[in-house]
Amino acid sequence: MLAPALLGLAIFFVYPLIASVYYSFTRFDLVSDPEFIGFRNYEYLFTKDPKVATAALNTLWFVLIMVPVKLLFAFFVANLLVRSRRGNGVWRTLYYLPALVPPVASVVAFVFLFNPGTGPVNTILKALGIHGPLWFNDPNLSKPTLLLLSIWVMGDVMIILLAGLLDVPRELYEAAGLDGANAAQKLRYVTLPTITPVLVFSLVTGIIAALQFFTEAAVASTVASGKAVVGEGTGSQLGYPNNSLLTYTQWLYVRGFGNYQLGYASALAVILFIVAAAFLVVLLRRVKAFTPEEATA
Amino acid sequence: MTAIALTRKRPFSGGRFLVWVGEHVVLVTVAVLFIAPIVFVVLTSFMTSDQTLTATVWPNPWTFENYLKAFSEVPLLQWFGNSALYAVLATAFMLVSSVPAAYVLARIKFRFANVIFIAIIVAMLLPPQVTAVPIYVMWAKLGLTGSLAPLILPNLLGDAFSIFLLRQFFLTIPKEYADAARIDGNGEFGVLWRVIIPMAKPGIAATAIFLFFHSWNDYYGPLLYTSENPAWWPVAYGLATFRGSHSTDWGLTTAITMLVMIPVVVIFFFAQRTFVEGIALTGVKG
Repeated sequence: MLAPALLGLAIFFVYPLIASVYYSFTRFDLVSDPEFIGFRNYEYLFTKDPKVATAALNTLWFVLIMVPVKLLFAFFVANLLVRSRRGNGVWRTLYYLPALVPPVASVVAFVFLFNPGTGPVNTILKALGIHGPLWFNDPNLSKPTLLLLSIWVMGDVMIILLAGLLDVPRELYEAAGLDGANAAQKLRYVTLPTITPVLVFSLVTGIIAALQFFTEAAVASTVASGKAVVGEGTGSQLGYPNNSLLTYTQWLYVRGFGNYQLGYASALAVILFIVAAAFLVVLLRRVKAFTPEEATA
Repeated sequence: MTAIALTRKRPFSGGRFLVWVGEHVVLVTVAVLFIAPIVFVVLTSFMTSDQTLTATVWPNPWTFENYLKAFSEVPLLQWFGNSALYAVLATAFMLVSSVPAAYVLARIKFRFANVIFIAIIVAMLLPPQVTAVPIYVMWAKLGLTGSLAPLILPNLLGDAFSIFLLRQFFLTIPKEYADAARIDGNGEFGVLWRVIIPMAKPGIAATAIFLFFHSWNDYYGPLLYTSENPAWWPVAYGLATFRGSHSTDWGLTTAITMLVMIPVVVIFFFAQRTFVEGIALTGVKG
């Protein structure tokens, strides 16, 4: 019963992981066989690649800023929902709804909302007497505008936090209340100790997701640049405007599947693996559901 | 997960009332901001293309032309067909392969079970780009790049996230039921088919919906494998890519955006409870 899954793990996980390391020491373009070149790919990666630093820093921006802001906002909304007495289900659905929108559709919607000429956001700003900025078309604002999008789709995180908050025993709050604790003290001494594992889970899975941040940035670049020609793929527009949305995984995609430098793309993949693995170790140690011995019945 | 916590009854004092008002002002304000983007998209999808070029928000006149154009000027039906093929087959294949695997991991003790479980967790969490090159090379050698096969077929050999989630659901079924079925002379397939699957229907449904949505929404996979061959584009990839040639036609763009969302939203409202509990389970329970 397990055999197909084991075969799947071998073919689509173990083998490619090892093969990635092997390819990373080769020059390989899919047409001719891989040619062993030692550490040359890594040398190029760390000393010569013109865009890898930009791409890594953009990804770092999403890890350091987007992940915590989204988590804090989801935590804030989850706390409000836990306290609201009536219509909890309706509020929950309302706040969750944007997370349901397919990512490509949500990016297209945001590029429309924030388009500088006729977009509703700048129209409203104009009515208020403010000259709206260029948003997705401004290299300094493209990432913050994607941050707004990520807050809009925080529903998944919110549901997970809400479930965790509802698991906090009410008696603890009542006991704390009798002891004269105010709202801040209840948060500090009752809520946080119970919810911390859930926050850690959301933070680390959020970081791992941000390390591979691809779709939203790529689609925002393609759609906002308005230059992608049907049938030509996406490669040429990635990063628009001015490489501000070029993430690490997009750069891997461009080198590997745009330029068919598969050996070099493998070197980029190995570095990504090392970084992601560090966070994976944290998850495996800290999250109860990921430890095999755990058994709830 | 809703009602339990909210039944505390206490009379409102003045201070508590103000807190209640304050919280609801915030809840309503943020809710309005959260719904506004969808409202603007809906309104724009009913505008004439001339009107979308002006800075107005209310359609005048209302028109259905964008939705008609979506099917006549863009190969939308083909994209929808491709997306449906991808999502339905991927989900069906995943269920056939992953339900038995999850059952074994949840309920049968054997050597290396822990190693396999950890491998599944790592496979589920690792960025797909890490293994993308060798997997792409495999499909290229099989001559299957330029189609959706590389995205559909692997599900026959299990999907790591689905196996993990199904296992979490199966763990919540008391062992005694399976034991009783074994005493009645059932083999492991019998136990799975007659006991576990009927009892875990909501969990199986939630896992299936997750994979269906994941496939329907997928952009990276189709970019990697079908970008060179528009005949196989699914609708999410098509939407992101067609914009170039219609770069100012926001009416058409918003109409297609709405059409891409509709299947997902409809499924969500039919299965909301199952779905939301499934999300909660991915994070904390178990």
